[in-house]
Amino acid sequence: MKLQEYTSSSHNFEECMKCTVCTAYCPVLQVNPLYPGPKQAGPDGERLRLKDPFFFNYALKYCLNCKRCEVACPSGVKVADLIQAARIKYDNSPVKWRDRMLASTDFMGHLARPFAPVVNAVTGLGVTKTMMDAMFKIDRRRTFPSYSARSFEGWMGRHEKEQAAFPEQVAYFHGCYVNYNNPRLGKDLVKVLNALGVGVQLLEKEKCCGIAMITNGMKAEATKNANHNVKVLSKAVDKGLMVLTTSSTCTLTLRDEYPSLLTVDNSAVRDFVIMATRFIYERLEKGAELHFKPDFHKKVAYHTPCHMEKLGWGVFSEKLLRMIPGVEFTMLDSACCGIAGTYGFKRENYEASQAIGKPLFDQIKTVNPDVVACDCETCKWQIEMSTGYPVANPISILAEAIETNKD
Amino acid sequence: MKFNTVIIGGGLAGLTAGISLQMAGKSTAIISEGQNALHFFSGSLESMEEAPQRVVDLFAQAGIALHYNPGYRLMPMGTLKKSTLSLEDISLFPETKIGNKALIVSFSGYHDFFCGFLQEGLEKQGVQCRVQLLSLPELEHLEKSPSEMRSVQIARTMDLIWENVVREIRILLRDEDTVILPQVFGLKDTSVLSRIRQGIPAQVVFTGTLPPSVPGIRTQMLLKRRYELLGGTYLMGDQATGAHIHDRTIHSIVTHNLGNHFMEAENFILASGSFFSKGLRSNPFEISEPVFGLDVEQAEDRSDWYNPEFMREQPYMKYGVTTDASLHAIKGGEPIKNLYAIGSILGETRPELGTGGGLAIRSALEVADQILKQTEE
Repeated sequence: MKLQEYTSSSHNFEECMKCTVCTAYCPVLQVNPLYPGPKQAGPDGERLRLKDPFFFNYALKYCLNCKRCEVACPSGVKVADLIQAARIKYDNSPVKWRDRMLASTDFMGHLARPFAPVVNAVTGLGVTKTMMDAMFKIDRRRTFPSYSARSFEGWMGRHEKEQAAFPEQVAYFHGCYVNYNNPRLGKDLVKVLNALGVGVQLLEKEKCCGIAMITNGMKAEATKNANHNVKVLSKAVDKGLMVLTTSSTCTLTLRDEYPSLLTVDNSAVRDFVIMATRFIYERLEKGAELHFKPDFHKKVAYHTPCHMEKLGWGVFSEKLLRMIPGVEFTMLDSACCGIAGTYGFKRENYEASQAIGKPLFDQIKTVNPDVVACDCETCKWQIEMSTGYPVANPISILAEAIETNKD
Repeated sequence: MKFNTVIIGGGLAGLTAGISLQMAGKSTAIISEGQNALHFFSGSLESMEEAPQRVVDLFAQAGIALHYNPGYRLMPMGTLKKSTLSLEDISLFPETKIGNKALIVSFSGYHDFFCGFLQEGLEKQGVQCRVQLLSLPELEHLEKSPSEMRSVQIARTMDLIWENVVREIRILLRDEDTVILPQVFGLKDTSVLSRIRQGIPAQVVFTGTLPPSVPGIRTQMLLKRRYELLGGTYLMGDQATGAHIHDRTIHSIVTHNLGNHFMEAENFILASGSFFSKGLRSNPFEISEPVFGLDVEQAEDRSDWYNPEFMREQPYMKYGVTTDASLHAIKGGEPIKNLYAIGSILGETRPELGTGGGLAIRSALEVADQILKQTEE
């Protein structure tokens, strides 16, 4: 008679009541009629796929993995996990060169960085864009993120001793974006943490979190990275360090996608990996103080990235920004910007991607802020390209607003 | 994080309490595990005969127009039901007859609005009906995936092309005095409702569809926006998993997403809904309240929970957490000093508060008033 307690379905799909609430919140369904929608692609489809893999629908590739269906589900069904897990399990089509290239953020950054000025100039050229569009189906209308000539890891190497001098230490999982594209953000984090008396160290050679590999069907590569990262995270955690992050997507991947999609056990490290905004907020709540510039003034509009919404930690970024004297804060409506990592770069998704983001872009233009705050790098590219407004990580805004001894 | 009041549940009850407290300058947070019963909202609030003006004002400030007009509204089966306070979508009739001749309009390929039932129900009451299905090129893309041709998807298109629908209906209309349409209009912009009514030379009655409810989703969006504008913290997609209780007082609660970052407050409100929203859980042995382990009214023998005749009144529908007269939740026979229960988690243990939306709003306002009064003292 205790049968009920022992019945559980993968990703909770049997909890689905068919209420269709998820379909009301799916951004893809609003713009792409080829996508069957989260209920059909997730729990409904799962019943059929379990019966016969023949029922796997290749249109599942249109899922953004934004997780808004999961956030909306009143019954706790892991709808997006079901869809991604099905893609991993049943989609055996070979990974396209284009997707492999887009997904290998670590490798591409490594290649491009030494030639950053050239690469940046070349990827900005119309002819390059046309060529990439023709050869790889990477949409020509897209602006490419620029590479930094010097990596963040290199900079940290030069400041290792100085950082080690702080009595309290944390580790930082910077991700590919900070390392190759925007070392400034990493330096901003170091500045804020130093002001709180905390020194920063790198992990013992982190690898890309692997989210782009997961969504592009490169399970083996993603699993390899996951195993490696769990190992280096464990080393830091064993030393008693918290591991901070500045990207909401990397954080969600390290904490939740590893066990649920790659079945990589991260239970020993999961609770020690947190967003830097949360760490700093908790410090300030406990009485630590930052000295703010008296004349700082900025109109800031905060966009909660989808994966931040799923983590449920947007509140820390929000409260932190509201704490800064001189910040005029607006919370933007909860909406997807449409890029979803590598999704929006693909020619077949460009139009859908821009249509999904339109309500957000329109709202930003109405609010007319000095800067849009956001914890996700791909949202940043999308919003900057589509609205012309600058986008900054909350940590960078905080770094700009504080006074330190060095200033 | 510290607040004056932490509310568990982000539906009609939780949002009403949150908005009322924020308006009085109290800091609050709402923890909402997934979307809520507003997605199934009929558009009418029942048993709101007393003092509806306060609710009308509260909603008006959020941009939601309610009208108080005791009478009858048309149900999706063609029957009429007594109603009082309703969204502007809902037409309230003084008598049980809505008109003499009705044109029922829906969209081809849309299966969540039952014209046949409406027609049958209305004809029993002597209303002559004619059904017309519109085929609009703008909806063709939805028909490609019929399983997703739902109210909200249609409503998004209707926000853009409602004028075409008005034009089509003007052509179709003969001598009917009433036009009946599914509730798929005005998701983003409610002025569309009155513009449709003005554009059609007959009375227009918007009638409920299968969920999700378009007027309900709109109500949820507007209430949430109002709450956040007032400075409230709405944690979407998070779940309260436990509480720190000492000396019959809650000190903080634990949530799934925030982990070891606890939500502290002086007052806590439990507005987590009934069985569907998992405010109440059941297994073959007992019905329980999962966050605090509160006392839940229930028959001892499971066979008394339900009536084997499915369509009869079901006892379990009335089960809910027990409270004292001022809605303090009871655990182990004793009230918890700073925990209140509101909305459908009360079941019908307090029938004087009415059911559904009415229960949600009235209990929310009562508790908000108590919290404000207690801080005055």
